[in-house]
Amino acid sequence: MPVKKLNLQRIKGAIPAWHGKIAEADLLPVCAAVREGGGRLLALWGSDERALSPEEAKTALVSAPSLNGFALHVVLVNETGLVALSLPLSAQQPVYPDLSLIFPAANRMQRAAYDLLGIKAIDAKDQRAWLRHAAWREGSFPLRKDFVAVCQHDSGAPAGEEASAIVQDATQIQDDYPFVQVEGQGVHEIPVGPVHAGIIEPGHFRFSVVGEKVLRLEARLGYTHKGIEKLLENKALCAAAKLVGRVSGDSTVAYAWAYAMAVEGVADITPPDRALWLRALFLERERIANHLGDLGYLGNDVALSFAYAQFWILKEQVLRNNATLFGHRYLMDKIIPGGVTTGIDESGKKTLRDESVMLEQEIHTLRSIFDEHAGVQDRYMGTGRVEPKLAAALGLCGLAGRASSQTWDSRVQFPCAPYDKLDVKIATHHHGDVAARVIVRFDELFESLRLQRDILINLIGGEDLAYPVTSLPPHRFGAGMLEGWRGEVMVAIHTDEKGNLTRVHPHDPSWQNWPALEHAIMGNIVPDFPLINKSFNLSYSGCDL
Amino acid sequence: MFQIIRQIIKTGIKTEAPPEPVASLRVHHQRLQQEILDVFGGALAIRFVDAGSCNGCELEIHAVNNAYYNLEGLGIKFVASPRHADMLLVTGPVSHHMAVALKRTYDATPEPKLVVVIGDCGGGGIFSSLEADNYACCGSVANVIPVDVVVSGCPPTPTAIMQGILTAISAQK
Repeated sequence: MPVKKLNLQRIKGAIPAWHGKIAEADLLPVCAAVREGGGRLLALWGSDERALSPEEAKTALVSAPSLNGFALHVVLVNETGLVALSLPLSAQQPVYPDLSLIFPAANRMQRAAYDLLGIKAIDAKDQRAWLRHAAWREGSFPLRKDFVAVCQHDSGAPAGEEASAIVQDATQIQDDYPFVQVEGQGVHEIPVGPVHAGIIEPGHFRFSVVGEKVLRLEARLGYTHKGIEKLLENKALCAAAKLVGRVSGDSTVAYAWAYAMAVEGVADITPPDRALWLRALFLERERIANHLGDLGYLGNDVALSFAYAQFWILKEQVLRNNATLFGHRYLMDKIIPGGVTTGIDESGKKTLRDESVMLEQEIHTLRSIFDEHAGVQDRYMGTGRVEPKLAAALGLCGLAGRASSQTWDSRVQFPCAPYDKLDVKIATHHHGDVAARVIVRFDELFESLRLQRDILINLIGGEDLAYPVTSLPPHRFGAGMLEGWRGEVMVAIHTDEKGNLTRVHPHDPSWQNWPALEHAIMGNIVPDFPLINKSFNLSYSGCDL
Repeated sequence: MFQIIRQIIKTGIKTEAPPEPVASLRVHHQRLQQEILDVFGGALAIRFVDAGSCNGCELEIHAVNNAYYNLEGLGIKFVASPRHADMLLVTGPVSHHMAVALKRTYDATPEPKLVVVIGDCGGGGIFSSLEADNYACCGSVANVIPVDVVVSGCPPTPTAIMQGILTAISAQK
């Protein structure tokens, strides 16, 4: 089917992005064409536009795509940039065509969009609830503007009774999730979670195994759903920055920057040069800290507790330098719309340069120990493989994608300032196994240390740290995206007629990568799951929202 | 193997290195150890439960096990089952979806037991909306299970987490 020429508008901001309305008949052909050309689905969400008057909907071209109904927003990404498409949906029957046959990653995003807003991928085979367990009833949708939260702890009952009432209320709504069952002689199920054995986030894994071998894994997430998108409605710009910075605590810098980028694009301002360099410094330090921690655990999971001790000493030193120089170990709330809240002086730069030299030496030593350790390599090689072909089909992204030949890195493809001056070297591998994901982490560590050195050279003092962003224009759409340590983090914002944030959608790369984990474990043994899981290290909170 | 041993020797014992005010840390180490000897006979078993946290507090709870803080060296360790635990360490604003699991974990922990809440959002915090009720969260851990100690911070530092554990133990005496 020929696609009519799309009427897209360039979105102002640091990354190349376009936005426009699309007709229902064009959606699938456009998606298929993008898929054909090697593009991917980045994010999918919905918004409630029923409050708009017909006049507003007509004039507000960018953010008001419908006549008093709902809207589906789909962001696709290819080499040229992001393409955000908004499909108007009717208020009475908000349905749209299923995208999951073109982009498998759409499955869970579509189900989440139904749970939260009641817009439905009409012909999708999988209509199971995703984010909704028992916190709200079917048929009520939290992100509709007329949703009324059931006030459970203002009942005036004593604290003890109140607590049991909450728990009882939650258990009353039946929460049976129909996992796909594997049948056959000797097949049995192992249910794991939501409370896990280690210090990790909650989620449920259902293994179907025969003997030690895993035939199928199905994850069920949504346990940490805390209503972030509802809380973000009508938040003040800075309060929203704080909240977006806590969508996934380990990626706080990436989220805060992506959000700031979206806001700055809509406000049409560019932060001071110095602030941009500082943001890149923070983002690379976040990557360094997380990769160090992961490599330690990846050693620990194959019984090399030596590696755990060593890498976590290094990580702690990075965190302590963060605390001393910037006031927060994980750099939370250091990036705000318009700039940053903290700078660095000459002695701070020296501290970081010394740290870089130390880290580089230590990581070289540890890498050679990993490489030469037969036991470690035996556990890593061939474990949890995601073939490049499968990775491409699933739209695997970020670090895990790069370990399976998916050469995507936003810092390389869409180098926003200051990455346009840094010439980032992409780290990839084609094996797609745990070993490859370890190698990519090592390579990215060295690259981030190099970038940190370059950033420190380019950082000059004296300028403002931030330009004020007080208000946004009405009826606008903005998007920001960055390569966090795990993958591309995107934040999209919509403003209403007063310029308030009517809808903010944070997107975590884990949406794309969780389904790939289910493939990676197939045919492996159950005891290798913790290792494979750690090699992906996906976020629960980031996509439970 | 030679390389590993050489690296271990080169690294030395980090728990004694002074990158932060180690003097005050040491005091805590000793007090902590004394308390544990008094109350739990030298071993405290902790079961960790994430009740909807953003994963920030988890990073710091991981960090208390690194060589600098070395919690396990003091006889305090994290266990895989609530049935083995003396203490629950709980993070997050208790999402409704985790409320049942948290309550069941609490019920499965044998008496006497302690509950230490880690992080601001376990006592209200950023995920609780002031203007309207949040449909997805229980508001605080204390709304679901009894709480002994709350460690504030977003996220609290490893030292603060250790202090919280200490306070809980001394409160029970």
